[in-house]
Amino acid sequence: MPAKTNHMAAGHAAAVEALRDVPQVPGVPKPDPVMIVDHISRQFGGLKAVDVTHVEIQRGAITALIGPNGAGKTTLFNLLTGFDNPDTGTWTFNDNSVAGTPPHRLARMGMVRTFQLTKALSRMSVIDNMLLGAHGQSGERVLNALLPFTWNGQERANRVRAMELLERFNLHEKVDDFAGSLSGGQRKLLEMARALMVGPEIVMLDEPMAGVNPALTQSLLGHIKNIREEGTTVLFVEHDMDMVHDISDWVIVMAQGQIIAEGPPDAVMKNEQVIEAYLGSRHGSSLTDDGASLTPDAQGVNS
Amino acid sequence: MLKRVRLAMGVLLLATIAFMITGSLSPANAAETTIIGTLSTPGGEPVVGVVITAIDADGVTTSGTSDDEGAFVVPLPAGGTYTVEIDLTTLPEGITLNNEADASRSLLVLGGEKRVLIGLSEGGESGIGEVESGTSERVIQLFLDGILYGLVIALGAVGMNLVFGTTGLTNFSQGELLSLGAFTALAINTAGVNIIIAAPIAIVFAAFVYGWGQNRILWRPLRRRKTGLIAAMIVSIGLAIFLRYTLVLFFGGAPSSYKQFAGQPGIEIGPFNTTPKALILGLLAVIALAATVTWLQRSRIGKATRAVSDNPALASATGIDVERVISVVWIIGAGLAAFAGIYLGLTQNTVWNMGQRILLVLFAAVILGGLGTIYGAIVGAMVVGIFVQLTTLVIPTEMKTVGALFLMILILMVRPQGLLGRKERVG
Amino acid sequence: MDFVQIFSLTLTQAIGVTSLIYLFAAIGLNVQFGYTGLLNFGQVAFVAAGAYAIGVIVLTFDLSLWLAIIVGMVVSTLLALILGIPTLRLRADYLAIVTIAASELLRLLVRSIAFKDVFGGAQGLNGKLGQEFHDLNPLPADVALPILTWSRQDLWVVIVGWSLALLFTLLVWGLVRSPWGRVIKGIREDEDAVLSLGKNVFVYKMQALVIGGGIAAFGGILWAIAKQSVQPDTFQPDFTFFVYTIVLLGGAARVFGPIAGTIIFWFLLAGFGELLSSMINNGYIEFLTPTDVGSIRFMLMGMGLMLLMIFRPQGIFGDRRELALDAR
Repeated sequence: MPAKTNHMAAGHAAAVEALRDVPQVPGVPKPDPVMIVDHISRQFGGLKAVDVTHVEIQRGAITALIGPNGAGKTTLFNLLTGFDNPDTGTWTFNDNSVAGTPPHRLARMGMVRTFQLTKALSRMSVIDNMLLGAHGQSGERVLNALLPFTWNGQERANRVRAMELLERFNLHEKVDDFAGSLSGGQRKLLEMARALMVGPEIVMLDEPMAGVNPALTQSLLGHIKNIREEGTTVLFVEHDMDMVHDISDWVIVMAQGQIIAEGPPDAVMKNEQVIEAYLGSRHGSSLTDDGASLTPDAQGVNS
Repeated sequence: MLKRVRLAMGVLLLATIAFMITGSLSPANAAETTIIGTLSTPGGEPVVGVVITAIDADGVTTSGTSDDEGAFVVPLPAGGTYTVEIDLTTLPEGITLNNEADASRSLLVLGGEKRVLIGLSEGGESGIGEVESGTSERVIQLFLDGILYGLVIALGAVGMNLVFGTTGLTNFSQGELLSLGAFTALAINTAGVNIIIAAPIAIVFAAFVYGWGQNRILWRPLRRRKTGLIAAMIVSIGLAIFLRYTLVLFFGGAPSSYKQFAGQPGIEIGPFNTTPKALILGLLAVIALAATVTWLQRSRIGKATRAVSDNPALASATGIDVERVISVVWIIGAGLAAFAGIYLGLTQNTVWNMGQRILLVLFAAVILGGLGTIYGAIVGAMVVGIFVQLTTLVIPTEMKTVGALFLMILILMVRPQGLLGRKERVG
Repeated sequence: MDFVQIFSLTLTQAIGVTSLIYLFAAIGLNVQFGYTGLLNFGQVAFVAAGAYAIGVIVLTFDLSLWLAIIVGMVVSTLLALILGIPTLRLRADYLAIVTIAASELLRLLVRSIAFKDVFGGAQGLNGKLGQEFHDLNPLPADVALPILTWSRQDLWVVIVGWSLALLFTLLVWGLVRSPWGRVIKGIREDEDAVLSLGKNVFVYKMQALVIGGGIAAFGGILWAIAKQSVQPDTFQPDFTFFVYTIVLLGGAARVFGPIAGTIIFWFLLAGFGELLSSMINNGYIEFLTPTDVGSIRFMLMGMGLMLLMIFRPQGIFGDRRELALDAR
C-alpha cells in the first residue's frame, strides 16, 4: 500500500477550492487527478454500454456518477474496479497503468469498492468481516498460518483498528454477532467500515443509498463526508438526486454510455442536456418514492 | 374429459404395476443351468464386454457379458439345445475370432454348467496410434454408429437440459431415468408381454411415474422450501444411489436382455454394418426428437417452456404457469430418457448401473451444447456421439468414454457456455 | 442372534482400515468443500493418486516405500494444479461435473491396456506393498483386543492411521482459525467481496485444493499399504459420494465433523448390514437373501443422503447459520 504522502487533500473546503475554476465540460482534466481514463468502451452484443473518451477523477473530492437507467454507470464502475473487462481503453490510478489489472490487485493498490447488493459476509461475524479487510496480514499466507507467533501481533493491532472503526460506525456492540443478523442498513455500514479497514486511497461506492431507509441516509451521508475529511477520495454511483446534491463536490453525468455533462451539482442540475436525458423521470427527486433503486439487470447492461 | 383421461391413466398405471410385480418376482438369477467361459487374448489379457447370447428352440434368448476378468455367464431356463452366438460388434478393437464359425454354433446343454471355449486372436495391437487397414470404411461405419449413439444420448439428455433450464437443477440421477425405463420394460417383458408392446407402456409409465411423479413428490416440495441448488444437486446424487441399488435388489447385478430381438443378426447397407433393430430405433429416435423440437417451437406450452428456460421470473410475471411447464418438462424428459434406456437395452443389455455409465456422457453432451439451452442437448449429443465413435479409431473401445470426458473438459476451458450458450452463464 | 458379535464386527469396521481411508478423504474434502466451498467431486482421484504412487513406485519400479510416499505427495499436488487451473473459476455445478469427469478420465487411463505395464491395467497392482511399513510393526505376534477383531498387521495400520488422522485434524484446526482460514471462509460465501478486499481468491482456492487433496492422498497411501493391492475399479465416483455423505453427516466446516461423520457412517452402514445378515441367517427374515443385504445398505445410504440434505444439511455438529449450501 502506498503511503499517503503529499497527495493528501484537505477536506471539503479544499476539494471545492480545487474544483472551482475547472471548466464544466465533459472529459475535462482535473487539477490533481487520482484516476485518468482514456477511450474506454464496452459492448454487449449490439449495444455499446460504455463509450467514454476521457474522464478524470479529482483526488480528495467526492465525485458522483449519475445518469438515467441504461446510461452505463454501473458498467463503467465495474470496468474501473476490475470486475469487468473493457473492449478498449486505458486508465491510470496514481499514474500507474491499471487497465486489465485484476480487482484484488487494484484493492491492494488502494482502490476499494462496495457493492450495490451489499456483500457483508453474513455467515461470518462482524469482527471477522472487519479483520478480513486488513491488508498485509502475514497470517493469510498458508505457510505462516500454522505458526501463530508470526501473526498474533498483527491480529491484535488489526483488532484494535477494527474496533475503532466499528465504534465510529456504531456497530461495536455487534462485534461478535453474525453479520447476517444485522439489519440491512447496518450491513451497509459494515461494508463501508470494512472497506476502510483496507486503508484505501479511493473508495468506490456502488449505489450506497440503494435499499436504505431514510433514517439511515443521513448517517451514511455523514460517514461519506468523514471519509473525505480523512483525505480519501470518493466516487459513487447513484440514482438519488438529493444525496447527490447534498454531498458531491463534482458530478459526472452519463447517458447512453457517454458522458454528457460534468460540473458542480448546482450547475449540473440546471444543465439542459441533463434534464433532457432524464426526461420522463421526476427531476430533482429520487426515481422511486422510497429511495430504493430499481433492480439491476444481472448482465450489467442497464445503468 | 379430463376425468376420463385421469381414469385411463390410473387403470394403465395399475396394470403396469401388476405386470412389473409379476416380472420382477420371476427368478432372474435362479438358473442352475448355465453356459460359462472365459475370453482372453493369446497373451492372456481378459477380453471385456463381449456379449454372448443363447437362443433356445423357441427363440427365447438369454445372454451374458464378459466381465473384467473375461468371464461370462449365460443363464439358461432349462437344459436343451441352444444356439450360442457371439455379438461381434462387442468385440474390442483388434480382437477377432480365430474361427469365423464360432460366431454362432449349436450346443446341447444337459443341466449344470457347460463351459465353452472361444478362441480369439489379436488382429493388431489395440493400443493408441494404430489404425487398421480399410480406414475409410471404418470411418463411415463409426460415423454412422456415432449418429445412432448420438441419438441415444440426445434422448437421454434433452430432459436433463430442459430441467436445468427451467428449474436450475443439475440432475445427477438423470441416468437412472434411462435405467428405470429399461427395467420397467424388462419387467413387463418378463411377465410375458412382447417388448414391442412393453416398450411404449414402459415409456408412458416412466413419463408419468418417474417423471411427473418425481417432480411432484420430491422436486416441487424442495422448490417450495427454497432448497438451494447445490443442496438439490446432492439430493439428486442420493436419489441416484438409492435407485441404482433398488434395481440391484429387484433385478440382480447381472445384465439381462429382453426376450425378443436379443440375437438379431446384422445386415449390411453398403459399407455400414448394423442391425435392423438399431435402424428402426434410430428412426424412432429421430421422430421422437423431431416431435419434441416441433413441440417446443410451435405449441403453447413449448413456447412457454422456452420462456421459462430463458427467464423464469419474467415468464412467471407474464402469466405463464411455471409449475405446469415444469411438470410437462419432467414428463417429456422422463419419457424420452426411458426410450433411450430401452434403446440401450435392446441394442446392448439392461444392467443396474447402465444409467451411471452413461451419465457423464450425458453431461458432456449437455455442456458441449450449452447447459440450459433448448437445443443444446441435441446438438451436443450428436457431436459427442460421433466424436466418441470416431475416436475408437485410435483409442481402445473400452475407453471410448474418455473421448467424451476429454471433450467436455476442453469445452469448459475454451468456451464454457457451450456451442449454443450465451457468454454470461458460467463463471 | 449374537449381538455381541454383531457389535464387535460393526465397531471393527467403523473405526477400521477402510473407514480410516474414508476419514482421510473426508478431512481433505472438509477443507475443500466444508471450509472453502469448492465442489470437488473428484476427491477419489487424489486417493487413487496416493495409492497408485505406492503401487507404481514399489512394485513397478521396485523402489523404497518412503520414496513412494514422497512421490505420492508430489503427484497429488500436481493433480490439484492440473485439476484446479482450468476449473477453479467455474461455477459450482460445473466444477462438480468437471471434477467427476477428470477423476473418471484418470481412472480409465490408469485402467487401460495401453498403460498396463506401469499401472497394471484392470487387475491393478498387487503384491508386497508397504513391506517397510509392516516391518516397523512393534506389536507382539499374539496381540488381540477385546471386541475389536483386527489382525496384528491391520492393528498397526489402524494405530498409525488414527494417529495421522488426528494430526491432520489438528493441522486443519490450526489453519481454519488463522487469518488464512478467515479468507477461505470468506471465499466460500462470496468471492467478489473477498476480491474487493485485495485477496487473490484463485491462489487461496488452489491452496485449499492442494491441501485437501494431499490429505486424501495419504488415505490412498494407507490403502495400498494396508490392502497390498491397488485396483482401478475401487476408485469410482461413488467413493466420492460416500465421502460427501460423511462430511455432511458430521457437519461440514466442523473440525471434528469428518471424524464424527466417518465413525457414524460406517457404524450405521456396517451395523445395519451385520444386523440384517444375522437376521436373515437366523431365519427371521425370509424374503431376503444375504446378497440382498449389500443392496439394501446402499439404498438406505442413498435415501439417508437425501434426507440429510433436505432436513438437516448442517449434519450432526454443523451450524445452520454457517451453511454455505443455500447459495447458488
